Amino acid sequence: MTASKKGLTRRQLLSRSVAAGASLVVGSGFVAGNSATWAMGVDHLQPATMATLIQMARDIYPHDHVADEFYAIAVKGYDSADSAPMIEAGIAALDTAAQGKGHASYVDTGWERDRVDILRGIENSGFFQTIRGGLVTGLYNQKDVWPLFGYEGESFSKGGYLDRGFDDINWI
Amino acid sequence: MAAPFELSDDSVVVIIGTGAGGGVLANELAQKGVSVVALEAGGRYLPEDYINDEWDSFGQLAWLDARTTSGDWRVAKDFSGLPAWIVKAVGGTTTHWAGASLRFQDHEWKAATNYGPVQGASLLDWPIDPREMDDYYTKAETKLGVTRTGDRAGLPGNNNFKVFEAGAKALGYTEVHTGRMAINSANNDDRLACQQTGFCFQGCKWGAKWSAAYTDIPRGEATGNLEVRERAHVLKIEHDDSGKVTGVVYADADGNQHLQKARIVCVAGNSIESPRLLLNSASSMFPDGLANSSGQVGRNYMRHMTGSVYAVFDKPVKMWRGTTMAGIIQDESRHDPSRGFVGGYELETLALGLPFMAAFLDPGGWGREFTTALDSYENMAGMWIVGEDMPQETNRITLNHDVKDQYGLPAPNVHFDDHPNDIAMRNHAYKQGMAVYDAVGATRVFPTPPYPSTHNLGTNRMSENPRDGVVNKHGQTHDIANLFISDGSQFTTGAAENPTLTIVALAIRQADFIAAEMGRNTL
Repeated sequence: MTASKKGLTRRQLLSRSVAAGASLVVGSGFVAGNSATWAMGVDHLQPATMATLIQMARDIYPHDHVADEFYAIAVKGYDSADSAPMIEAGIAALDTAAQGKGHASYVDTGWERDRVDILRGIENSGFFQTIRGGLVTGLYNQKDVWPLFGYEGESFSKGGYLDRGFDDINWI
Repeated sequence: MAAPFELSDDSVVVIIGTGAGGGVLANELAQKGVSVVALEAGGRYLPEDYINDEWDSFGQLAWLDARTTSGDWRVAKDFSGLPAWIVKAVGGTTTHWAGASLRFQDHEWKAATNYGPVQGASLLDWPIDPREMDDYYTKAETKLGVTRTGDRAGLPGNNNFKVFEAGAKALGYTEVHTGRMAINSANNDDRLACQQTGFCFQGCKWGAKWSAAYTDIPRGEATGNLEVRERAHVLKIEHDDSGKVTGVVYADADGNQHLQKARIVCVAGNSIESPRLLLNSASSMFPDGLANSSGQVGRNYMRHMTGSVYAVFDKPVKMWRGTTMAGIIQDESRHDPSRGFVGGYELETLALGLPFMAAFLDPGGWGREFTTALDSYENMAGMWIVGEDMPQETNRITLNHDVKDQYGLPAPNVHFDDHPNDIAMRNHAYKQGMAVYDAVGATRVFPTPPYPSTHNLGTNRMSENPRDGVVNKHGQTHDIANLFISDGSQFTTGAAENPTLTIVALAIRQADFIAAEMGRNTL
């Protein structure tokens, strides 16, 4: 897990941060869920940039039963000296596109359909395709995400499903 | 136990590649007392090494050397650097294959005759009598332990099969069962019975699925007549002034190059690498590449007409549990031009884990249309479509001189355009596949585009006339008597069936021919 609790109380954490969209807050050097159940330090990206990136990741692959933390983990790798310029530029362009449609910023665009409309406008860009392509493994190859979809993963160590329901369907 | 042969030993048969073709040929020759050096580009992985994890296994086993794509097939757009999903390892793609083991139908051996002229297609009849293959098919089925052949029982049906079977029967299909699979339904031939683990594509950790990696290869080695050199990547085949091949140059794991002399060379590197090797072996005597007087090396690339259909139901299926492909509908495999295309197709159960489903369900897709499908992953059933595609001269492997592999050699470019017959067949199959699931209450269906090719065929094809193809009916190149093709690239046409059983049957048959010719000193 690259996201971690910071050892702050919810009140302490929220006192050091400002809201970024509906479910995220940003502070100096970190992004957190606004329920303060998780926080992630950022070293190379602006915290607000990371928050926007996390929102963008959710809007590309929205699963309402998957918490922000998993999207944060999926894009955490972009917080590097190599990636930061590309990400900062891409997110800046995303915000510009949002402003072009009358919103204050991407994360301040309240409705998902409006954010998706902004994303449709950039979906052929290298930035969008890099983020989308990276999420295919970054999000769906997290073993902690699999149970949220019912997927059981590795089964050899449990002896396969021969005695564990390979044919247990009861409605067909 | 290896039988080390000297690099200078020019009495050996050198086999390039150790999959369904090369691995079987190596063992069959070794059993007959022929000295064999098998050169395998990949490493050696056994059941204890295989990984029940899709991406980790892909990283372990997949052939990931530089390749490029062109043409109108969707793979070129979705997976431009990965035209094929095949394996670089001892045992080749027999580690990854699903185990479906079907004989060709008689009419498929003579596609040109039975289908008649098809515009834009380079159809030919195989120069083999189907009756001659009967015994070889039986030998191959025995070797692989194919279920529903001999006295071997079928596999039990898993959840994914039960949905598929119920839909098929509701639709009136009658040839529906759990397949003829090279996966043990009972302990057989020192291999365990299937434990319904899933992950057939990641290498069977029980060894229940036949793979050359832990059957033919070690059995051949045990004779003392077979030496397998792993991580030995062949770069070039050499020849003498008379035009006979004399040996091969390969790079070892450290990149050091060696020349292994040979009496006979058999190429079995799969349908992309095999023609590439012949083309990369061009010389002043053979400026267009070895065995290429016909100009057919690399042409007529086939990959089967494929696609998938997934469906979501209102209740759980858990399709990933159990044997991945133990389920088949064969009613559409017949040749019946009234459907609007020649040839036929099979429908076979298929499941992907969540990580690969995300990558393959709708490549490039995003947003809620995509994610709501995955939200129902647990309630999903799936099938694969595999049908005969039309050989076309312009679908071909060429050398891409702008892209080099790790040895500095031109990478292969894989060009493929769908033939109108392929498209008509795919559309028919999508319709039927979706109807199967609709018949049992699917709430949503997904006609999913083809994955990177697992069935790569035809690029050194077999022909009666040397003008039309690269090899004769024994897989011996028309141009060079001691150069053979031993993999699926020798396929004249693809038929509707998964190709491995036929590759194995042809390898057994080729071993008989090579050993006999060596015995007569004609090779």
